[in-house]
Amino acid sequence: MSKTIMTVDDSSSVRQMVGFTLKQAGYNVVEAVDGSDAQRKLAATQVHMLITDLNMPNLDGIGLTRWVRANPSSRFLPIILLTTESQDAKKQAGKAAGATGWIVKPFKPEQLLAVVKKVLG
Amino acid sequence: MIDELQAHRQAFREEANELLAELETSLLEWEDCPEDQGLLGRIFRAMHTIKGSGAMFGFEAVAGFTHEVESALDQARSGKITCSPRLIDLTLRARDHIRSLLDEAFGGAPADLEVTCQLKSCFQALLQPAPEPAALPAGPPPSAGQERTYRIEFRPRPGLFANGADPLLLLDEVRALGQCAVIAHLEDIPALEEYASEACYTHWDLVLTTDQDENVIRDVFIFVEDECDLRVEVIDQVDLSNGEAEYKRLGEILLEKGDISSDGLEEALREQRRLGELLVAKGEVAPGRVDAALREQQQVRQARQKRQAASEFSSIRVPSQRLDILADLVGEMVSVQARLTSAASVRADAELTTIAEQVERLTSELRHNTMIIRMLPIGTLFNKFKRLVRDLSRDLGKEVEMVTVGEETELDKTVIERLGDPLVHLIRNSVDHGIEPPAARLAAGKPAAGVVTVTAVHSGAYVLIQIHDDGAGLDPEAIRAKAIEKGLIEANSELSRKQILDLIFEPGFSTAKAVTDVSGRGVGMDVVRSNIRSLKGEVDIDSVKGQGATITLKLPLTLAIIDGLLVSVAGDFFVIPLSHIEECVELTRQDLRDSHGRHTVTVRGELVPYVKLRRRFKLPDQPPDIEQVVITKLENARLGLVVDRVIGNHQTVIKSLGPMFKHIDVISGATILGDGTLALIVDLNALCNELGLQERERELGLGR
Repeated sequence: MSKTIMTVDDSSSVRQMVGFTLKQAGYNVVEAVDGSDAQRKLAATQVHMLITDLNMPNLDGIGLTRWVRANPSSRFLPIILLTTESQDAKKQAGKAAGATGWIVKPFKPEQLLAVVKKVLG
Repeated sequence: MIDELQAHRQAFREEANELLAELETSLLEWEDCPEDQGLLGRIFRAMHTIKGSGAMFGFEAVAGFTHEVESALDQARSGKITCSPRLIDLTLRARDHIRSLLDEAFGGAPADLEVTCQLKSCFQALLQPAPEPAALPAGPPPSAGQERTYRIEFRPRPGLFANGADPLLLLDEVRALGQCAVIAHLEDIPALEEYASEACYTHWDLVLTTDQDENVIRDVFIFVEDECDLRVEVIDQVDLSNGEAEYKRLGEILLEKGDISSDGLEEALREQRRLGELLVAKGEVAPGRVDAALREQQQVRQARQKRQAASEFSSIRVPSQRLDILADLVGEMVSVQARLTSAASVRADAELTTIAEQVERLTSELRHNTMIIRMLPIGTLFNKFKRLVRDLSRDLGKEVEMVTVGEETELDKTVIERLGDPLVHLIRNSVDHGIEPPAARLAAGKPAAGVVTVTAVHSGAYVLIQIHDDGAGLDPEAIRAKAIEKGLIEANSELSRKQILDLIFEPGFSTAKAVTDVSGRGVGMDVVRSNIRSLKGEVDIDSVKGQGATITLKLPLTLAIIDGLLVSVAGDFFVIPLSHIEECVELTRQDLRDSHGRHTVTVRGELVPYVKLRRRFKLPDQPPDIEQVVITKLENARLGLVVDRVIGNHQTVIKSLGPMFKHIDVISGATILGDGTLALIVDLNALCNELGLQERERELGLGR
């Protein structure tokens, strides 16, 4: 069974690109436009991994990560943060909130897949 | 993929235009109420998305420029700089400029480079000095090129799983980098009542030989670096080994890794046992640790040996004569070693016994290695046949394809040299008698081109060579008729299909009706068989009429040394090749009386003829009450050899008897035993032949 990855980003082009790359590699993809959208969809869908942007309206990546870790059913869900290099402090905050890893924008499709492989197998 | 990327870029452009429009509105609102953090957040996110996505889709100019604006806005958001009309003005100008940069990227008019620089420097002037951004981890890893061996100690904290990390995936990733040994340490797993199912108690040692840089290895663990202790050390590289294949001793490795104390090591070393066992027994260290150190030792040794092998010449040419001399010397060595061993066992001297055992081990390794040196791939021989088949088929007006399998199979040099002629003969037979002319093949519903397949495979101490053709096959009736005609068998004798097929190996038998130019020059299959037998091998044939024939040659890997069974008859010693021996049974006086003078014994319901070696070699006739029959099997015939006593296995170096005894053919050679006495090696093939058809026919007559 192919695994399902949720990608959370308020930029539709990033969602599109990430989604396309993952689908090409054989994963199922669920898209969410921000943290609170992700919360709703996580409750309804079985997801094996989460790729989320940091800066989003309503609920940002850090908040989403904290929520996922606090939720017993998704405590061990691998979470990858999409960050930019200027956000080193954010990255630390993300780690502290419980993110599994991160990937720095801009990234190439193969880099994304390498990171997915690292945490999802 | 290109189209896909183009679609993504177009999507980005639309999105960016929306964002820019939103940015303009937000900026104007912000000017009116500069305290509204929500507005600032929106402005920041818009810039952030343009930058992030822009970089993703290859708009470096857009991304680079937006980065400066974003940094300023980020500082405004965190309150480091205040919202000033100047900042808003600059941001609005930046927004317009981003738009023109985007237009340029999509084929519009080129944006003003001067504006880019000007705005950039304005934003930089606004900024608080920020720390240099860290380098991107992107891009190919620097390839070190040189092979190194690393020791990686990966000790996750118990809370590793809390962040969703899976250590096994990381181990797999390391494994993919090169040759890797992984040792898991389970010592820290607590008893069940203290065990927290969500904690990680295992830690790992990895020994990795790779040409990758240390950073590549560290990058594997980048996501978990805060949740683990990671030590990566180079334990071996080209300039560390000084060309030596030996690596540190076990104690040194354990000491270096801090697994044991030097006091504990020294105490253990005072007792002369295997260090690892000792340390474990003393409770100095857990077994897993010793295992890890041993694996490390092994892997480094292997890496060094590989390197050594690569740095030396890949092969050297040596006159084959020297190899023969070497093999002879090794043979002498084996004899002397046998003497040493028996002498040591007589003396019962512990020291001498130890030395004898060491010599025995060395000799056996030496023997093995010498044998390997003398091995040649059989492919060298196969190549000759391709040409042969091509020329033959053209001369005969047949279409024949030659297929060879197992060219890399290795055989003793002497065997290969002497195998050429019989193989040529067999392949000629296949092409000449086996494969039919194209018209006949088509009529029989086969493809016009016939196939001759030569296969070589290892099978224990033997190499099997098969010559298979998909031709007409052998006709048992024709063979039978011919054998009767030639007087080889009686007209009324009943033979199995196999026995009939075997008749073609009899001297004076040739199935070709007319003597062709190619085969049938008076060299029959009997010569092939005697050739193969002289190589201590066997020939077997199987055929289905109309579908082809398969001839199988079974050849020993080497001729110089054989495993034999040592037996004695009237105080003399004989060696019988072990590979042909099936079992040993007793022969009592009662058995002799029951057989009424016929020389046969019943073994598992089957009659087996036997030869009394005592009588054959004209030794004094005082047999013991119970004699032994060694049952041998040659091809499909069984033969018992009656001896006084079976002594046991004996690894035998074959010495030829010399020209003086050339005419004695039932003895293929001699060997020197441990105590210096001589043992003769029985040539089973010759013995069988000597007993001849007469014996065999009697057997057949009795059997039915």
